[in-house]
Amino acid sequence: MSGRSLFRKVWDMHTVAKLPTGQVQLFIGLHLVHEVTSPQAFDMLREQGLTPAFPQRTFATVDHIVPTAVQTRPFADSQAEEMMSAIERNTRDFGIPLYGLGDSHQGIVHVIGPELGLTQPGMTIACGDSHTSTHGAFGSLAFGIGTSQVKDVLATQCLAMEELRVRRIRVSGALRRGVYAKDVILAIIRKLGVKGGIGYAYEYGGDTVDRMTMEERMSICNMSIEGGARVGYINPDETTYAYVRGRERAPSGEAFDRAVAFWKSIASDPDARYDDTAELSAAEIEPMVTWGITPGQAVGIKERLLEIRDFPENERKSVELAFRHMGLDPGQPMEGLPIHVAFIGSCTNSRLSDLREAAAIVRGKKVSAGVRALVVPGSQAVKRDAEREGLDRVFADAGFEWRGAGCSMCLAMNPDRLQGREICASSSNRNFIGRQGSPTGRTILMSPAMVAAAAVRGRLTDVREMMN
Amino acid sequence: MGTGDGITQIRGTGVPVEGDDIDTDRIIPARYLKEITFTNMGRYAFFDERFDESGKARPHPMNDPGFDGAAILVVNKNFGCGSSREHAPQAIIRRGIRAIIGESFAEIFAGNCMVLGVPTVTAGEGEVRDLMASIRETPKMELCVDLPEKRVSYNGKKIAVRISDVVWSALTEGTWDSTRLMLANLDLVRQTAQRIPYLADDRK
Repeated sequence: MSGRSLFRKVWDMHTVAKLPTGQVQLFIGLHLVHEVTSPQAFDMLREQGLTPAFPQRTFATVDHIVPTAVQTRPFADSQAEEMMSAIERNTRDFGIPLYGLGDSHQGIVHVIGPELGLTQPGMTIACGDSHTSTHGAFGSLAFGIGTSQVKDVLATQCLAMEELRVRRIRVSGALRRGVYAKDVILAIIRKLGVKGGIGYAYEYGGDTVDRMTMEERMSICNMSIEGGARVGYINPDETTYAYVRGRERAPSGEAFDRAVAFWKSIASDPDARYDDTAELSAAEIEPMVTWGITPGQAVGIKERLLEIRDFPENERKSVELAFRHMGLDPGQPMEGLPIHVAFIGSCTNSRLSDLREAAAIVRGKKVSAGVRALVVPGSQAVKRDAEREGLDRVFADAGFEWRGAGCSMCLAMNPDRLQGREICASSSNRNFIGRQGSPTGRTILMSPAMVAAAAVRGRLTDVREMMN
Repeated sequence: MGTGDGITQIRGTGVPVEGDDIDTDRIIPARYLKEITFTNMGRYAFFDERFDESGKARPHPMNDPGFDGAAILVVNKNFGCGSSREHAPQAIIRRGIRAIIGESFAEIFAGNCMVLGVPTVTAGEGEVRDLMASIRETPKMELCVDLPEKRVSYNGKKIAVRISDVVWSALTEGTWDSTRLMLANLDLVRQTAQRIPYLADDRK
């Protein structure tokens, strides 16, 4: 008999029942809640006279709408204030812990879960946010869900789910200098497409991934959804255990040793069967930039854009829309393209290592005249740690704004947004039309180091030219 | 919602919204997620595609009076990709849409539609192209999405459509209220929790 994948083991362990629809009722070990997708769910609970089944398994924070410049209450934006009051009221009414504004643990939900040790291997995790796949970096199955499903998890601690197939994606070899986890996931999505992952969980592995830190692994798993995969995960190993050890919500002492034994048991067996496999060679990956309106429309910084005729015929309409929106021409290089805004932040790339990588490029230099540049740490803890190392000074001296923790200009629900046709070099995860708050604004995704390089030069730059 | 009667046929006129990879930010821009209820979402559907920055209407099928009152939305590939925001299907449904036909759908979006009782059915590229063309030619033409038969009929034509087994059974049998289904198993939920190692601390 062939072995089982982590997906299979964790799925089976959490299966409660088969539903009449053919779905599986899956127990959810950790439920994370934020202010935007939860108020309607709490209202539905009230209307239906329901209460949370396992309130101790749900944790809330605020991130999407939080202003990262001026945080005094009430907020200048009355809608943001109303939303903030709603989550404070809802969590109080239903007995759910809230890491609210001002709390030393507040931050982007996918940054604080791991930071607090809430996120652990072998768990099923759900959150009303598609980037929940981030938590898969620990070897958990982490699902982004809609608001009605948030209600499901609150009321039953379960989700009604269809089983996924599993694609093993193996990345092997050494990454070249100036190439980061962000470049790896952009290369994976470019290769497999933005629809390639529909119906799949992605299991990332290979020696390149094995050597990655937890923060790098989170950047990879975070963007699984951009490849169409609802879930992405990496088998837990010594790197994972070392990260979790000692965190506030992690097991300690003997309980930690027992937990490690459990975590080892849920990793994919060496002879596990997969529904599909894919391979990438790390050495071939260049620093990547997106050029279009989906994260799959990406090229290496030294490449020229393709001619329309080089795209498959059934993609040409979309490709033409992408060129039109971006104001780019087929055949042109991306390197040297002027930018107006530089954004370092988001659940993909706002952790301490991301800020260190960007600071190393920025140190002693100045943001190019006319470029608005901001750094938004993923959490209060990241902010504190970065300030302890003096990274805030490095950024501020260079002319970056240094902000409070939140999602900020990744999706522009707070005051940080693009104006008009501005081009933004962004360490976030989505380059969709209008994503950064201006319907005509333009987003170019890249690693934090590449954003830093673009901020300093005022144009898209191969970061390797700025590394010593 | 979602118990008792299932859905069999959805009849009505159609509205084609063309394009692959239409993401949920395009279906509903994030600034409209600042409201704490879904009540007004219908107003904001495809807002930045329907209006320019000065608020002037742009050509868009959802601005075209010819398609007013449409109950069936027709789309291309990977519709609803991106964010998990239920605001996206809510916006579409609150404009009167009761079924969506497309070449393919993003998974979270399709799941969100299902829990709201709206089927997402798929057909081939050519079939969708022909259907869109027929609707543009005759906007008042009635379409029928027949779930039990897995068929869409219009203009004397019948095309076979695919629908996931789960969505099919949930909608035809009227069991798409997952909360209700799962609440019935709360004892089993507690039993399952007993055997999950990391919940041991909760049990103390």
